Amino acid sequence: MSRLSDSFARARAEGRGHLTIFITAGDPSLEATAELVPALAEAGADAVELGIPFSDPLADGPVIQAAGQRALERGCTVAGVLDCVRAIRARCDLPLAFMTCYNPVLQNGPERFAREARVAGVDGVLVTDLPPAEAGPWVETLAQNDLGAIFLVAPSSTPERVELAARLSTGFVYCVSRPGVTGTRDDLPAELFDLVARIREKTDRPVAVGFGIARAEHVREVCRVADGAIVGSAMVRVIAEAPDAAAAVERAAAFARELAAGKAPAG
Amino acid sequence: MAAVKRGYFGRYGGQYVPEMLAPALDELEAAYEACREDREFRDELEFYFREYVGRPTGLTYLPRLSEHCNGARVYLKREDLCHTGSHKLNNCIGQALLARRMGKPRLIAETGAGQHGVATATVAALFGLECVVYMGEVDTVRQALNVFRMKLLGATVEPVTSGTQTLKDAINEAIRDWIANVGDTYYLFGSVAGPHPYPTIVADFQSVVGREARAQCLEREGRLPTKVVACVGGGSNAMGLFKGFIDDREVELIGVEGGGLGLAGDDHAASLCAGTYGVLHGAASYILQDADGQIKGTHSVSAGLDYPGVGPEHAYLKDTGRASYTLATDDEALEAFLRLSEWEGIIPALESAHAVAWALTHRDELTSEDLVIINLSGRGDKDAEEARRVLAGRV
Repeated sequence: MSRLSDSFARARAEGRGHLTIFITAGDPSLEATAELVPALAEAGADAVELGIPFSDPLADGPVIQAAGQRALERGCTVAGVLDCVRAIRARCDLPLAFMTCYNPVLQNGPERFAREARVAGVDGVLVTDLPPAEAGPWVETLAQNDLGAIFLVAPSSTPERVELAARLSTGFVYCVSRPGVTGTRDDLPAELFDLVARIREKTDRPVAVGFGIARAEHVREVCRVADGAIVGSAMVRVIAEAPDAAAAVERAAAFARELAAGKAPAG
Repeated sequence: MAAVKRGYFGRYGGQYVPEMLAPALDELEAAYEACREDREFRDELEFYFREYVGRPTGLTYLPRLSEHCNGARVYLKREDLCHTGSHKLNNCIGQALLARRMGKPRLIAETGAGQHGVATATVAALFGLECVVYMGEVDTVRQALNVFRMKLLGATVEPVTSGTQTLKDAINEAIRDWIANVGDTYYLFGSVAGPHPYPTIVADFQSVVGREARAQCLEREGRLPTKVVACVGGGSNAMGLFKGFIDDREVELIGVEGGGLGLAGDDHAASLCAGTYGVLHGAASYILQDADGQIKGTHSVSAGLDYPGVGPEHAYLKDTGRASYTLATDDEALEAFLRLSEWEGIIPALESAHAVAWALTHRDELTSEDLVIINLSGRGDKDAEEARRVLAGRV
């Protein structure tokens, strides 16, 4: 977990934004995922969120959902993703977080899942359909394994829910930019800035904004108020549209470089 | 039957949903709690049950099936006679009244066989609400007539092309829509599955089935049934029937799942008979899944039973032994479809035919002492085309 908090601390100290990139593990293949992460690190990503695909995700928009479906069709499993993390760790030290749904965690055994994730070199976990009220034992399991807990806060979250999520998020608070599932958007809503302020009142932990962040100027805008930005669907689409794995790595790195330009405050 | 934790039945149920939905579920729960004991709301519900749904529905004695079952007295609870052709309208009326109280102008729903979609489109028309129904593309083909009915009623039908393109994927899409439009949209969930408070709300609005059946049985026979039988997909018609008898410990509660091609392979939809503990669509229950927690594709000749999960309260009733669950295969259900049509002049929905099949396959266990109520949750008109295809040459 220290990799994750260190990386946010570094960005704060350097007075710049923190860029997290989400990719779906196993799309187009787990071998490609192991190539993509070091390339994204090289291109300026401060952390990578690896999506472990689930057959029936509720919070994913069409782009990430389709990527998950492709990965599953190619035989992606939790064990396979853990192998992939070990391969990545042999090559780079970038902070890594898992993003998944609860059922794959449950069937692999939450304690075993957390332990193996930690041993493989994962730093934090976000289980999208496990809100704070259902997450009591899970938060303890993460803490015992020195994994950062990441919870979502949405524009519709009541003050009590914001407070609870902020208190339980030991990794960072994942702030959902606007109502809706994951997916790219053209602009960012004004209410977002109020929401980040509401979270800030409750915690000193880093706050990163995701959902709809697709361009360098989004990253820059978001990082004016939050610690960082998370880009998901836009990157997953770049990878999906590449003709082969090698091109996917190349294009993903180029896009990450573009996005990373948004980390610097507007001059 | 008291939940040990809010929204739980034993270890089943809960609210496993993304944060974006949690406040909407809280809002729904608060609105429902306010209506639950509200006299005006209950009167309004009664009014629509009587004037619009056509309640009470009948309890019909089946002479030939009874004779076939060793003289056990076998009755059908006639939910097929509800307006729109199934029990689904009971729940839709209740939830549409709730949506109206909450000031939500837009209804969304998922549908498998199309019965819940039609019922939702119907109440949307009745109350002047906008309506979008999500339906797996495979199901839109199997149930083309219901797609037309929904459109006729003014609803938009969105074919879902993700995943297995059946009911579970329609639910995923409907939930995504709800996440995106949570302010003005009411998600009219059709079964006793899904996150809290849906299992409780839907069971409440369907409990009229069991209440009526109990009173009718006492009036006709002067005693309670020995067994009540219903098909189980998500489980709403079964829960509606069971609720009427759950405190009558001597009444056996029997749920019949879609057995498809049998339990030897994966071509079935028998979550309670063959599933394991897991989380799907916001609740913990029995689900059909692989070792890595991915949801398995299901198969049933009936689109309405083609679902890899089941309502959490059924999971609880199974574990506590209060209800027992078995299955009927596609062939057994089709046989029942034929028998009920020929013997009694009643064409059942393929879903409900699974419950009828139970009587045919368990006739050896029945005696003249038995009094059985089978829930005929829907009528078979919607299945005529599919049945003609599957039964080629047999009719």
